[in-house]
Amino acid sequence: MSKQTYGLVAEFDSPGTVLQAAEKARDAGYRRWDVFSPFPIHGMDKVMGMGNSYVGWFAFIFGAGAFIGTMGLIWFCNDYDYPILIGGKPMFSAPMSFVPSYILLVLGAAVGAFVGMIALNQLPRHHHPLFGSKRFGLASRDKFFLAIGANDPKFSEMEVRKFLEDIGGAHIELVEDND
Amino acid sequence: MTESVLQPESLAPPAELQRAPMSPAGRSFGWLNDKLTAFNEGRTPLWWWVLFLPAAFCAMALLPAMLIYKISTGVGVWGNNMPVMWGWDIINFVWWVGVAHAGTLISALLFLTRQHWRTAIGRAAEAMTVFAVAMAGLYPAIHVGRSWFDWYMFPVPTSNGLWPQFRSPLMWDVFAVNTYLIVSTLFWYMGLIPDLAVMRDRSRSRVGKFCYGLFALGWTGSAHQWHNFEKAYVVLSGLATLLVFTVSSIVGMDFATAQLAGWHETIFPFYFVAGAVFCGFGMVLVLLIPLRKWCRLEDIITLAHIDKICKMTLLMGCVMGYIYAVEFFIAWYSGSPYDAWVFGHRMFGHAYWYGGWAMIIVNASMPQLFWFKKVRQNLVLVFIMAVLINIGMWFERFTIIVGSLYQDFLPANWGVYYPTWVDLGVYLGTLGAFFMLYLLFVRFVPMVPVSEVKGAMPQANPHFGNGKGGRA
Repeated sequence: MSKQTYGLVAEFDSPGTVLQAAEKARDAGYRRWDVFSPFPIHGMDKVMGMGNSYVGWFAFIFGAGAFIGTMGLIWFCNDYDYPILIGGKPMFSAPMSFVPSYILLVLGAAVGAFVGMIALNQLPRHHHPLFGSKRFGLASRDKFFLAIGANDPKFSEMEVRKFLEDIGGAHIELVEDND
Repeated sequence: MTESVLQPESLAPPAELQRAPMSPAGRSFGWLNDKLTAFNEGRTPLWWWVLFLPAAFCAMALLPAMLIYKISTGVGVWGNNMPVMWGWDIINFVWWVGVAHAGTLISALLFLTRQHWRTAIGRAAEAMTVFAVAMAGLYPAIHVGRSWFDWYMFPVPTSNGLWPQFRSPLMWDVFAVNTYLIVSTLFWYMGLIPDLAVMRDRSRSRVGKFCYGLFALGWTGSAHQWHNFEKAYVVLSGLATLLVFTVSSIVGMDFATAQLAGWHETIFPFYFVAGAVFCGFGMVLVLLIPLRKWCRLEDIITLAHIDKICKMTLLMGCVMGYIYAVEFFIAWYSGSPYDAWVFGHRMFGHAYWYGGWAMIIVNASMPQLFWFKKVRQNLVLVFIMAVLINIGMWFERFTIIVGSLYQDFLPANWGVYYPTWVDLGVYLGTLGAFFMLYLLFVRFVPMVPVSEVKGAMPQANPHFGNGKGGRA
């Protein structure tokens, strides 16, 4: 088990202060940093330069795949592999195939959105270096944290610690990565 | 023009018309955290055991016993017989699907339309959906005579080469109900992940830390995670909203495609969606009115929430009244003697006249009391009315199903239908299972979405306090 530095983490009291701190971290040129909050903070995605989430694409691809797949399945079952004439109706037509395909589109897209959220967030994980921090449990309560990672090209413990102090961070802590 | 006309005070509504606050204004995030998780962390109260033990008995003893007896003996143990081949099994299926719908409407549709008041009740309503759909899904599976052939409904390649018949709405139902169960479970669970992290971080016991930690999936609440989470939440809301309108429509089409007077109506898909949402709002009120008091959440799920749900119930009650009127009008206007016969006998037949009157009086007329604020604020009265709405909607399905089947085109076929004790046992069993699951949910996870309520507080806006104001 090797001990590595994960980064430095500082605590803030309100969504407004952590948003301003994030703006300053961005302007100071840091690249590997993240903000942790008990709820999503509006405007943070812009400050952090996050574009549109790819979750929508996951949903679209899974949903479209499910729709086309179900259409194909119905055609295969009722028209190709074992056609049975019922009431003179066509073997394959939109009214009979659209509804189940649409239902499975919803299912596919929902599973896609969930899987996309989990995959893009790199979940599930049984541990995170920040869980080793004593105060980080408050990130799900009422505190807001800004962490600058040790893998940032500009990272040096002294400078980052001073920077976090300057932008108003409290309880600045060095977090170790024990994994 | 005098200046006093433009004074903002003079434009404010009088005190009796001002709205009650929807969020606990002036409270801190920490206070909310403690408040919303207090019930999960405290000792199990007596009322919980008093409700849980009978519910668990129905779910764990009565329901399995009834299912074993029914499956090993056959559908004959129920009251279903010619000409009424759909009895309590399908009535209860439609009823449970209906209960589910309001949950999705509250959690998904009201989210998309930015109704922030829904945050406090969204989770509780969504849980209701998940458990009610699970109960609904049981009925078609046991309604088929030989349940061990249920897998025929799925497109599985077999040696006899047969496939499901996709021209039938009954087949669509298989996919619709299963999809509904999976999507609402995903939606509910995804919303729970940040709150499970809250519970994990608060938990002092090793077991609690392990269990909540396991289901929280290692959530940290980073900005990247919230970014993807919010997107997924919107997408899932949109998809779940589609299901509000599709699942009951398909259930309605099960009936509408039959050539039977009383069922063969184009209004059925809409009729079933409206009825489902109406019935579901009744169940939301039945669950929330006692729970908000017993779980000490009166500051969070306020009278204003109950007031809004009552108004939605009133709207749906008016829609129900309209649909009933259309049905009777068309029965007369179509000139079909069979339709006229069925609808005449709904109200004045010798066997089931009470079902018809129950639906008119309870579902269409009684909700009109919700026009009065005094009624909407009287929680005991609202609770009683909500229970009656659930019963009234059950009788509506009874009237549609049994009331249309017992006198079909050939008078020689006519007969009456009475349920047996096994019908009653299965229904009690599913009621028990539903309430057991709901009580476990209330006990072990936050009933009110902690992170969502925090995010809806005024001070959650980063610009709060610097003149730009926050969202109330």
